[in-house]
Amino acid sequence: MSSTSEPLPVSWRSDLQSRLDGQETLLAVLDLDLDARLCFTPGVVALTERRLLAGDGSGWREWPLDADLALALRDHAGVGTLELQQQGRRIGCWRFTLGNNPAALQLFRQFEQQCAALAGAAAPASAMLGEPCPECGAPLAPRETCAACSRLEAVPPSTSTLFRLWRFAQPYRWQLLAGFVLTLVATAANLVPPYLTMPLMDEVLIPYQNGKPIDYRLAGMYLGGLLVSALVAWVLGWVKTYILALVSERIGADLRTTTFQHLLRLSLEYFGGKRTGDLMTRIGSETDRICVFLSLHLLDFATDVLMVLMTAAVLVSINPWLALVTLLPLPFIAWMIHVVRDRLRHGFEKCDRIWSEVTNVLADTIPGIRVVKAFAQEKREAERFREANRHNLVINDRVNRIWSLFSPTVTLLTEIGLLVVWVVGIWQVGHGDITVGVLTAFIAYISRFYTRLDSMSRIVSVTQKAAAGAKRIFDILDHVSNVPEAAQPIAPGRLHGRIELNGVGFRYGNQAVIRDLSLSIAPGEMIGLVGHSGSGKSTLVNLICRFYDVSEGSISVDGTDIRQFSIAGYRRNMGLVLQEPFLFFGTIADNIAYGKPDATRAEIIAAARAAHAHEFILRLPHGYDSLVGERGQTLSGGERQRISIARALLIDPHILILDEATSSVDTTTEREIQTALDNLVRGRTTIAIAHRLSTLRRADRIVVLDRGQIVEVGPHEDLMARQGAYFKLHQAQARLNEADLAQPSEESEQSVEPVPAPAREAVA
Amino acid sequence: MNDFELSRDALGRLVYRAGEEAPHEVVPVRAFPIAAPDEGIALVAGNGRELRWIETLAELPVAARELIEEELASREFLPRIRRIVAVSSFATPSTWSVETDRGATRFVLKGEEDIRRIGDGRLLIADSHGIQFLIREVGALDKGSRKLLDRFL
Repeated sequence: MSSTSEPLPVSWRSDLQSRLDGQETLLAVLDLDLDARLCFTPGVVALTERRLLAGDGSGWREWPLDADLALALRDHAGVGTLELQQQGRRIGCWRFTLGNNPAALQLFRQFEQQCAALAGAAAPASAMLGEPCPECGAPLAPRETCAACSRLEAVPPSTSTLFRLWRFAQPYRWQLLAGFVLTLVATAANLVPPYLTMPLMDEVLIPYQNGKPIDYRLAGMYLGGLLVSALVAWVLGWVKTYILALVSERIGADLRTTTFQHLLRLSLEYFGGKRTGDLMTRIGSETDRICVFLSLHLLDFATDVLMVLMTAAVLVSINPWLALVTLLPLPFIAWMIHVVRDRLRHGFEKCDRIWSEVTNVLADTIPGIRVVKAFAQEKREAERFREANRHNLVINDRVNRIWSLFSPTVTLLTEIGLLVVWVVGIWQVGHGDITVGVLTAFIAYISRFYTRLDSMSRIVSVTQKAAAGAKRIFDILDHVSNVPEAAQPIAPGRLHGRIELNGVGFRYGNQAVIRDLSLSIAPGEMIGLVGHSGSGKSTLVNLICRFYDVSEGSISVDGTDIRQFSIAGYRRNMGLVLQEPFLFFGTIADNIAYGKPDATRAEIIAAARAAHAHEFILRLPHGYDSLVGERGQTLSGGERQRISIARALLIDPHILILDEATSSVDTTTEREIQTALDNLVRGRTTIAIAHRLSTLRRADRIVVLDRGQIVEVGPHEDLMARQGAYFKLHQAQARLNEADLAQPSEESEQSVEPVPAPAREAVA
Repeated sequence: MNDFELSRDALGRLVYRAGEEAPHEVVPVRAFPIAAPDEGIALVAGNGRELRWIETLAELPVAARELIEEELASREFLPRIRRIVAVSSFATPSTWSVETDRGATRFVLKGEEDIRRIGDGRLLIADSHGIQFLIREVGALDKGSRKLLDRFL
């Protein structure tokens, strides 16, 4: 795990080992790669049952474990700091880059356990949730991939990744075999015509020049042979290309569907860390690139190799000596072409990247066009675009200099090769070693495959590109969901909605978002969640929805741990209304029935009525059949929200989650939505997050969160009477309202919450 | 400009005292760590509140300046790449061996998009753990480094 640092020299490790006496064992080792002045210097901190050891260039220090020792771990800007404190004094301080953070966490936890044991408390059996990650030692929940390692991706794509595609090719192995045999035969058929020129020359044309009449029967036979071989090659080539294109297209489609299916099963955490565009490219163009590689480049290359091998065999069988001369320059020419191609490839890659710079200007400017115009910066943006284009031209000019040279050079090399064959051939004909026919056949053969060398040299770069593509696909496929389906899932059926949270803890990366939180919610109760941005409200809701799994503790519904339910069955009991309602492209009716595709029209209308959406839907030109979503009818925020409320009403869930359902609309619309929500909330266990406390008046109990912990629980009146955290929040908002400053969202929640906006939309 | 006091407590933290106010634990933060590292330094309390704005370090008494510089040196981590020794491959992810002003190290570059131009020939390179490396002036690198770098730009 010391990817960013030099691995600790072996002597350090053995030095460390030699410092331990027989009975003590190493519990945790943290390799340091920075010193106090943040220079890259190796060092080590190690923990045994009895002491803490630290070593660096200047020697070793050690502290016997003691109950009044404490460790503090924090990080800033990629640098982790581990401090040893004793009675309020800092007695040791070590630095490391974040790559070593899992090891530091491990050390930290082990240290706390040991100290707790020393203080008399029985050491907790094990704080570990499961097996440690094999690569970095961070403890993992069962079947989870380690977040720290999976982000590492230290291995560059290797061509061997392509072999993993075999999993997708296997169902088509017979077609592939047929395709290969056909390729073999077609290539052989292609080699017949030059062979026939030999007797045609020696037995028909040369004797004619020497005064013999042309043997038309013989000539006809040879010409017929030429025609037949051409026809056979044509048919075979057609069939093989068709079969292989068919197969590769299917492999590509299978790859796409499998990847997308797998992607949908991954947890929200995965989507949180990825850009939508990147995932789209992976599934879209990367699979296409692999497909083209399989059907075109790989096929061409196989054909070329076969042809070169077969030609070489034929040439050797005709005349080994001339064959040697013909084939000798081949490796040299191949190497030359490869070198030039290689340089060109870098050039082209550069062009690609520069090109993306040009498109970046467009992608920046067009969505921000209102700002550009408002600040009258059109000229500057035009200048920026011109500059990017100029850069593009400079790079392209440089590439074109080599590129324009390339084709003529290949031709020249081919001609030189031919010249050599001519020279040796004429010399041999002069000595009577070979006939004119043999020489003609040779010339015909080699002019065929010299030109193929060019296309063969391309294989290196396309293989690399396809391998990179395959790797990116397998990155997705290899990612194990960290919200795993239980081995024997329980079908939850219809839940009553009693929710129990027991000592729930959740870490996002190395940052604790929820700490030791316990709460029990009765069926049909409405809970209002309030707190500052980043206090863990949305995370808590995500945990209850099981978009993530808890790191510690458990959440149970109706007495069963939610990890034992089948995920889909459990979520069918949840209704979710988000701050930014997401509408899919389709009719309004489709959108309302999203969670229950077999709903009748009457059910849809009833849900829409209850959500106060019926009337505005009827005002639309096509009523319930109006198209919405991207490219569809534009709806206002309140209207979209009411459709999403109808969507939640239709599945009639017993557990309802309202995540800031009214905070992105104005006060009037909020009132309308509120009445719709009141219909929705009735008789259901409801957890509502709200920015505006006024929307939580109806809540049975209000839970105030701060830094992942509950600070206050109780009904509105009680909390107001208590004059605590809730009271303060309430007063602050009341003042804001008085000052008429209550804007819908003063601060952006998303920057602190682990789930960015796209991911939230994806679950709507 | 000497209306406040800085000191270091037993835990090694900077403590700020001004007038009658209660002492605060502070961290110094540069406003423009790359563009203008010596101008504009804020002393920020633990809760993120700015307690003091310092236009330039030069205006401070020596003792306070040294404390701040010391603290900045132990907090700021933006190694400047002086030489690129080798890269493991030209396809990303690729492991770079570099010499920086803070010693030699290696890091993993995840993708070309992690190399960002920030104007004036400066490049900011983020490694797979989010550590930032700075190249002050591409033109000032030696030829070998430029050649390696060029393949990623």
